[in-house]
Amino acid sequence: MKLKSLIAGLLASATLGVMAAQAADLAIVSGDTGNGLEFLRSQLDRFEAETGNKVTVVPMPSSTTDQFGQYRLWLAAGNSDIDVYQTDVIWAPQLADQFLDLTDAAKDVVGNHFPSIIESQTANGKLVALPAFTDAPALYYRKDLLEKYGKSVPTTWSELAATAKEIQDAERAAGKADMQGFVFQGNAYEGLTCDALEWVKSYGGGQIVEPDGTISINNAQAAAALEMAKSWVGTIAPQGVLAYQEEESRGVWQLGNAVFMRNWPYAFQLGNGDGSAVKGLFDVAPLPMGEGEGARSAATLGGWNIAVSKYSKSPDEAIKLALFLSSVDVQKERALKQSNLPTIVSLYDDADIAAGQPIIPRWKDVFLNAVPRPSAPTKVKYNEVSSLFWSAVHDTLSGNGTAAENLELLEAKLTELKGGDSW
Amino acid sequence: MTTDAAVPSTPVVLTRKIESELMKSRVASAMWFLIPMLAALAVVAGWPLLRTIYFSFTNASLTDLYGAEFVGFKNYLSWTTLKSGRTIFSGLLVDPAWWNAVWNTVRFAVVSVSLETVIGMIVALVLNAEFKGRGIVRAAILIPWAIPTIVSAKMWSWMLNDQFGIINDLFLNLGLISQKIAWTASVDTAMTAVLIVDIWKTTPFMALLILAGLQMVPKDVYEAARIDGVHPVKVFFRVTLPLVQPALMVAVIFRLLDAMRIFDLIYVLTPNSSATKTMSVISRENLFDFDKFAYGSAQSTLLFLIIAVMTALYIWLGKVRFDGGDR
Repeated sequence: MKLKSLIAGLLASATLGVMAAQAADLAIVSGDTGNGLEFLRSQLDRFEAETGNKVTVVPMPSSTTDQFGQYRLWLAAGNSDIDVYQTDVIWAPQLADQFLDLTDAAKDVVGNHFPSIIESQTANGKLVALPAFTDAPALYYRKDLLEKYGKSVPTTWSELAATAKEIQDAERAAGKADMQGFVFQGNAYEGLTCDALEWVKSYGGGQIVEPDGTISINNAQAAAALEMAKSWVGTIAPQGVLAYQEEESRGVWQLGNAVFMRNWPYAFQLGNGDGSAVKGLFDVAPLPMGEGEGARSAATLGGWNIAVSKYSKSPDEAIKLALFLSSVDVQKERALKQSNLPTIVSLYDDADIAAGQPIIPRWKDVFLNAVPRPSAPTKVKYNEVSSLFWSAVHDTLSGNGTAAENLELLEAKLTELKGGDSW
Repeated sequence: MTTDAAVPSTPVVLTRKIESELMKSRVASAMWFLIPMLAALAVVAGWPLLRTIYFSFTNASLTDLYGAEFVGFKNYLSWTTLKSGRTIFSGLLVDPAWWNAVWNTVRFAVVSVSLETVIGMIVALVLNAEFKGRGIVRAAILIPWAIPTIVSAKMWSWMLNDQFGIINDLFLNLGLISQKIAWTASVDTAMTAVLIVDIWKTTPFMALLILAGLQMVPKDVYEAARIDGVHPVKVFFRVTLPLVQPALMVAVIFRLLDAMRIFDLIYVLTPNSSATKTMSVISRENLFDFDKFAYGSAQSTLLFLIIAVMTALYIWLGKVRFDGGDR
């Protein structure tokens, strides 16, 4: 008994001590890619200077799947070490209970952002996170190579495959043995869900689960899209693309070893950085279209947001940080330095951004037409839906069953997971 | 039995009494020394284990752990009969993804531990020989074991990378392969890649334990064998192997337990490939990534049971003794 009360006393005093010292000591997690962490630090330094708070960055792995597992665990345990989380656009419905409602805090600025993005971060009437930047992928292409072989920028996937093959073979014959036609994200993870959703949607094959909750993935157009992607692996894309995430594909691309790449806008700034083999040699275009009825160019909606943990010991300061990181100033800096797309409408007409990052004003339409992943209709089951989808796609790409077989199986599994009329 | 007890009755009783008093106080003091460890074990191992087993019988989710309701064996096995009279089974025991993971784990454990034992034995035999600089070599060979698994797994994942990896570069230049292999991406090579890294990492551990056993073997046995002119191979199988067997069996069981719960290496190298997904990886996925905390708990419980049964079988069939063998 004595020992117990002693321990309890010690714990209490330790907690008190920590609380007093942490009054304005905030911690933020970030799994940013490229030089994102460096950028975040530079902004946090500004925040520290303005408010007198101290902010520590806790770096995380860049894979969104890895991050989610860890955050879920921390939040379930009521961990108060992390005050502010950077959250993926798809997490809001899944983690809504663990974050503070920012509706009141953000009521003055919420109108500056695109309504669709605010809506994606609202779950059950609660504003779960404030947008930091949005994302819609691009087709990166090598201007110099297309010019050299007299090709135009492909607008359909089959054009892309033909051009990629021709240039790849010619370059290889000319001594560049490592040249690849096209690199994308083929690893079995959330990124493949994004890539494959674009293929399926561009073929008019729906968006896996429709907004009303219907499972639509088992259709001929979707199968055709996946069969097309399968035909790339080992021909215009290296076999290893099946293990690539964003950074691996950027690695191949930035060494000058790929004609085309599918990636997010962050790679634009990095590709034009010093030491990049493709500096000034590339440009971006919307992703190609599929074929058949309903074919269009499709881009998956990405983006990251700032949420405040409800277990934070200094929620007021944490909310200030969230507001700061989603503010016009920081978003503009982010656009200029990181080529991340702003979520604030007015920044698309900003003269500095138009001059510094011409890709951004051009991208407004692409992202306004972007396809959301089915995280809203599938709610807490989204991760499992996504995992089943990327597994079916990965199996198809690696030759483990045909697209039609795998999609039929996927439909059965999704139906079982849905279990009834609603998710 | 009867004669033993009957003939020297008084002295035995006397000594027994003394012994038992001594024993009593010894046992009592031993208990006091053991209590802190038992308490620590109960807190860090017993309680989480019981709680996991409890959760496996509920419908708990990570967002609502305390509102969990008891659902019996539903996570393990349940069935519904459709109107058409067809019965559909669901649950862990009929989940093909789970059994695929079990099969992957067993395959991984058996192959990696067998190869590690053989290679470890060879390394131990070499290190047991007298040669100059043996101390340095012994220390050097331990390096892979000393590197944290996450670090070595990440290092290997770059080495095995299809475009930038040194392995492909090496093999290409040596003419062993004609084009770059995507080691971790391809279903055919993913398991091989994981095995290579695991064997690289844990062979030193095996070698060290076997070496300890080898050094207990009395030198005169070898001398006698040499005088009798026995062939070295025969000496190995007839003398060395039987004498190091107790140490070897303990080393194997340590590694087997370790291999059955393999997680970190696969999580870094091939996290989502169904060709390498093991029991630990799949249960973590259900526990944290998916909204299936109870189902993941059921998988963890089954993982615990499978390892417990395998260990018991191994100890029983292999007659393993943990008190240093029968010498």
